[in-house]
Amino acid sequence: MSTEILVFFIFVLAIFLGFELISKVPSMLHTPLMSGTNAIHGIIVLGGMLVLADAASTLAVALGFVAVVFGSANVFGGFMVTDRMLQMFKKKKK
Amino acid sequence: MSPFIAIIFIAVAVLFILGIKLLGSPKTARYGNLLAAFGMLIALAATIPLLGSGEETSLLKHGWSLNYTLMVVGLVIGLIIGAIGAYSVKMTAMPQMVALFNGVGGGAAALVASLEFLRRANSPEGITTFFAITMLFATLIGSLSFSGSLVAFSKLQGYLEKPHTFPGQNILNGLVLAVILGLCVYLTGWATTNSTAFVVMFSLALVFGVAMVMPIGGADMPVVISLLNSFTGLAVAADGFTINNISMIVAGTLVGSSGTLLTLLMCKAMNRPVTNVLFGAFGSTKSSSGAGAAHVGGGTVKPIQADEAALLLGNAQQVVIVPGYGMAVAQAQHSVRELSDELSKRGVEVRFAIHPVAGRMPGHMNVLLAEANVPYDQLCEMDAINPTMDRVDVCLVIGANDVVNPAAREEKSSPIYGMPIIEADRAKTVIVMKRSMAAGFAGIENLLFYKDNTRMLFGDAKASLQALITAVKAS
Repeated sequence: MSTEILVFFIFVLAIFLGFELISKVPSMLHTPLMSGTNAIHGIIVLGGMLVLADAASTLAVALGFVAVVFGSANVFGGFMVTDRMLQMFKKKKK
Repeated sequence: MSPFIAIIFIAVAVLFILGIKLLGSPKTARYGNLLAAFGMLIALAATIPLLGSGEETSLLKHGWSLNYTLMVVGLVIGLIIGAIGAYSVKMTAMPQMVALFNGVGGGAAALVASLEFLRRANSPEGITTFFAITMLFATLIGSLSFSGSLVAFSKLQGYLEKPHTFPGQNILNGLVLAVILGLCVYLTGWATTNSTAFVVMFSLALVFGVAMVMPIGGADMPVVISLLNSFTGLAVAADGFTINNISMIVAGTLVGSSGTLLTLLMCKAMNRPVTNVLFGAFGSTKSSSGAGAAHVGGGTVKPIQADEAALLLGNAQQVVIVPGYGMAVAQAQHSVRELSDELSKRGVEVRFAIHPVAGRMPGHMNVLLAEANVPYDQLCEMDAINPTMDRVDVCLVIGANDVVNPAAREEKSSPIYGMPIIEADRAKTVIVMKRSMAAGFAGIENLLFYKDNTRMLFGDAKASLQALITAVKAS
């Protein structure tokens, strides 16, 4: 089996896992969940770092730089804003 | 990639999975988010040895270069922008913020794919069909998500709130999409290194993102953001294929599929198929001449003053509060909590009924009420509250409209017919706090306002609440 097929297999399994993971989430947590998963796709910043490291032309460097800034804002902002939301969810103080 | 680093990335994927799992319960959610963030830090650290796979730029072999300086600067700038955005945003503006973070993520995904295309087009590695497909997918979906999210952001900020439609719009959008897909096929099969065709495709995808979100009204933005969030996830997964990074594939796919499910759940809560949200241009054409309009003269509205309303509330045994977007606009969540505390002190049992799509994001109301320190065990979901509604003495509707409209139950011709609602009208008395008699975002007349047991308390939600609190305290 080629590597590409194996990687594709992982992809398919991850699709089902994603469905399973949130199928029972109460709607009160939908906003933090959306925001939290939004932060997780901020992993694109790694991609930005990798392509910027390889960038040779000025155009490529400029675009790679933008990709890193965007990805970094996505990942850091995403986790921080989710945490800020979640720290307010408290049970009644007795 | 060495086996050691590969194992680290597998551990990162596990942390993400556990993080999302823990986000599913209010007790563990914060911990789940921190766990995922911790995974992200490990992923960032593990990327450092992978930097510079090309000969000239390898960090470990050839030392520092301008690119690395820029990388650090870029990370810091992103961190600062993200932190300022995250900590300065008002809780009511949360949906915009998520849209914005999602948009830049999508933009980054598109750029990463394009740069990898540029590099491989000029290198002996060349472009395989598999690479071309994943790369084009990431570019298309990423740029669409970028421009679409920016439009969603402007709509939520109130710049472009009305749906923008014109005749033949869906056909034109269809044509643009057809050209994009045609270019993708051409780039995959015939001209794998044609950068002109690639740039045209990229630009059209940006245009399509705008064209796709433009006709959708502000009330449907939660669905759009959720959908674009899952799009960005998929684009990131596709990027994972192009640059061969397994944790990007797993993370992106998890977000893509969970986001898709979330989108479908939200559409289900509104009883509309997702195609209707995206292509229906809801509330712009249909409802102006819709059946609801016939009811305008059909009943009379009974206004109520704050002191009288306070009397009703103070003497009730059970009160249910239904918050909506109007509460967010008026920044009234703290006043709502104050009123609820004041009533609780008098032995009134107060519960909050939260409709799954109230506000501009699913669970938006929960976040706002949590900000105002309302304990989450006082918040009830629609299905839990409806069976008890007959026993409720006063149902206080604050800035909610379509989610309590009995037309969803009674009016077969109404565009929202069949949508599950909070059955506020079944309470003994309903007090609706509203600024004016304007229709809701769906543009549909609300039958609730004309019911015999309904009283309207006109005015700004915050001012009315303050008046109520004063009156309850005085009584």
